[in-house]
Amino acid sequence: MLSLALTLLGLLLVTFIIGRVMPIDPVLKVVGDRASQAQYEAAYQAMGLDKPLVVQFFGYIGDVLTGNFGRSISTGQLVIDDIRHVFPATLELATLGTLIGVSIGVPLGVIAAARRGGIIDQVARVVALVGYSMPIFWLGLMGLLVFYGILGWVGGPGRQGIIFDGMVPSVTGLILVDSLIAGDWAAFRDAFSHIILPASLLGYFSLAYISRMTRSFMLEQLGAEYITTARVKGLSEGAVIWRHAFRNISIPLVTVIALSFGSLLEGSVLTEIIFSWPGLGQYITKSLLAGDMSAVLGGTIVVGVCFIALNLLSDLLYRVLDPRSK
Amino acid sequence: MTDPLLSVRNLRVTFATRQGEFQAVRGVGFDLGRERLGVVGESGSGKSMTGRAILGLVRPPGRVTADRMELEGQSILNLSERKMRRIRGSRISMVMQDPKFSLNPVMTIGDQIIEAYRLHAGGAKGQARQKALDMLAAVQIREPERVMAAYPHEMSGGMGQRIMIAMMLAPDPEILIADEPTSALDVSVRTEVLNILDRLVRDRGMGLIFISHDLNLVAQFCDRVLIMYAGRIVETLSARTLHEARHPYTQGLLNSLPRLDAPVDRLPVLPRQDSWRDGGPVGESLETDLPGGL
Ligand SMILES: Nc1ncnc2c1ncn2[C@@H]1O[C@H](COP(=O)(O)OP(=O)(O)O)[C@@H](O)[C@H]1O
Ligand SMILES: [Mg+2]
Repeated sequence: MLSLALTLLGLLLVTFIIGRVMPIDPVLKVVGDRASQAQYEAAYQAMGLDKPLVVQFFGYIGDVLTGNFGRSISTGQLVIDDIRHVFPATLELATLGTLIGVSIGVPLGVIAAARRGGIIDQVARVVALVGYSMPIFWLGLMGLLVFYGILGWVGGPGRQGIIFDGMVPSVTGLILVDSLIAGDWAAFRDAFSHIILPASLLGYFSLAYISRMTRSFMLEQLGAEYITTARVKGLSEGAVIWRHAFRNISIPLVTVIALSFGSLLEGSVLTEIIFSWPGLGQYITKSLLAGDMSAVLGGTIVVGVCFIALNLLSDLLYRVLDPRSK
Repeated sequence: MTDPLLSVRNLRVTFATRQGEFQAVRGVGFDLGRERLGVVGESGSGKSMTGRAILGLVRPPGRVTADRMELEGQSILNLSERKMRRIRGSRISMVMQDPKFSLNPVMTIGDQIIEAYRLHAGGAKGQARQKALDMLAAVQIREPERVMAAYPHEMSGGMGQRIMIAMMLAPDPEILIADEPTSALDVSVRTEVLNILDRLVRDRGMGLIFISHDLNLVAQFCDRVLIMYAGRIVETLSARTLHEARHPYTQGLLNSLPRLDAPVDRLPVLPRQDSWRDGGPVGESLETDLPGGL
């Protein structure tokens, strides 16, 4: 828990310093270019910028802990409200992407290792290689062209079709979940047809990583002595692989999946832009280009906190899954 | 005489390597009755490969051939994986060297023993549990209830190996292959584990193949000893008449043992000769009657 608090403090320190050293004058951003000197001074003091840095830093910690990231100058809203709006979009996309990546990547990696050198292993290798090396914007545009433009199988950019926009009462902010809660099947199907393409794209990248890691963890375990023991008992190959080897790799796999989920949460900027997905990545990028530092730092802190939370979660799962850690 | 439990002739295990074929086992043959058969040889002489070949556990690129490999008169050579699985564990089982690595670290000991038993004996979970408790008691583990719920890392080496023995003997196999079962253990617990193994194997009238590099140990513990060198059996001896060994390799092994009654400053180094690799075996013929008159 202490290391967790330290990580969080480090994150705040870094964002605080970035906020101070950026060549963007926060006061000027607020009062505008044509403010008089007196107006500028007043705002300067109102923002507490005349106080010593240490005092400012503690003030900043207090602000962040109470969810006060300041006001975004581009949207005019409180940053925390903006984030409350865009974060669920990213969360929904990253979660579905990770689900796709895990549900295909893990079995693929296990089978590739169990039949090392076989046809599935070769296919898995190529699939992962393509996943690693294909630029996401190209793949995204091609996907839109084929599945939306030509075939018309999926919804286009955005989270919803226009007629469904704002029709589902927001409970969690995750449209798939909200439309289920409302029992609105048409809205669910619409949201699903919009999310499936970008989620598959992210899922593909996470699949590439997860299947490779699964395969290498699995190969390591299959060479272990206890696997020979399991075979000596007369167990079937399926039981040897899933009951014995897989249980052992599920421990490091948890960390890999958490990491991959974390990177989808922060790193899907290009995907969000290509698919006009109103998520956190797009919000941070737009704010950065507008010099809207409160929004950028607020978004950064949210991403950082997500990472810390994922780390904590995978640590806890580790403890549950691995009897040696007790 | 009746059929031996296990009869092996001209067993070969071959690996295709980049340098050509490598034969880890080159024409091994022996009969095993309800006896304790020692297999001795230096590291790399093909002892483990022989054991694994019998269990059908040599994985590609390894290849197993033999003129005969019969379990109670029925050939088990190159059986389908399905049929071989029914033999593994239930009729032939194996205890390996280091319990630290040969038990699954994330499964409770109870689950691992129950799994081994139920796979072949079937039956209700409660009954399998009782069997596991009985087996743990049979290998002299106190508090078997507590051990059932424990994980392997909570056990000492000696405990771990006793658990392995309990697990592998739970389905009542006829043959146990013990591959250096005490080499990884502290000297202080070796005898204890060996005595437990000995008693169980005798009481059940099993055949035991005891693999070791320790000639002394094997001589004390076994009825008959096979001496392996470079993938072949170079000599077969009765344990009681070990000192009558005629093969220079066996004599060398015997002479390199330190003796309390005749201390020397330096133990002799064993010089090897190329002719040992391919010379015929010495000692009793394969076809002699088995001890015990079975
Ligand atoms: N996969 C493999 N490929 C090539 N050679 C192997 C392989 N596995 C084992 N061997 C060789 O087989 C020989 C016999 O090994 P092993 O039966 O384990 O010896 P021992 O148990 O007597 O120490 C060794 O020389 C070893 O290098
Ligand atoms: Mg060995």
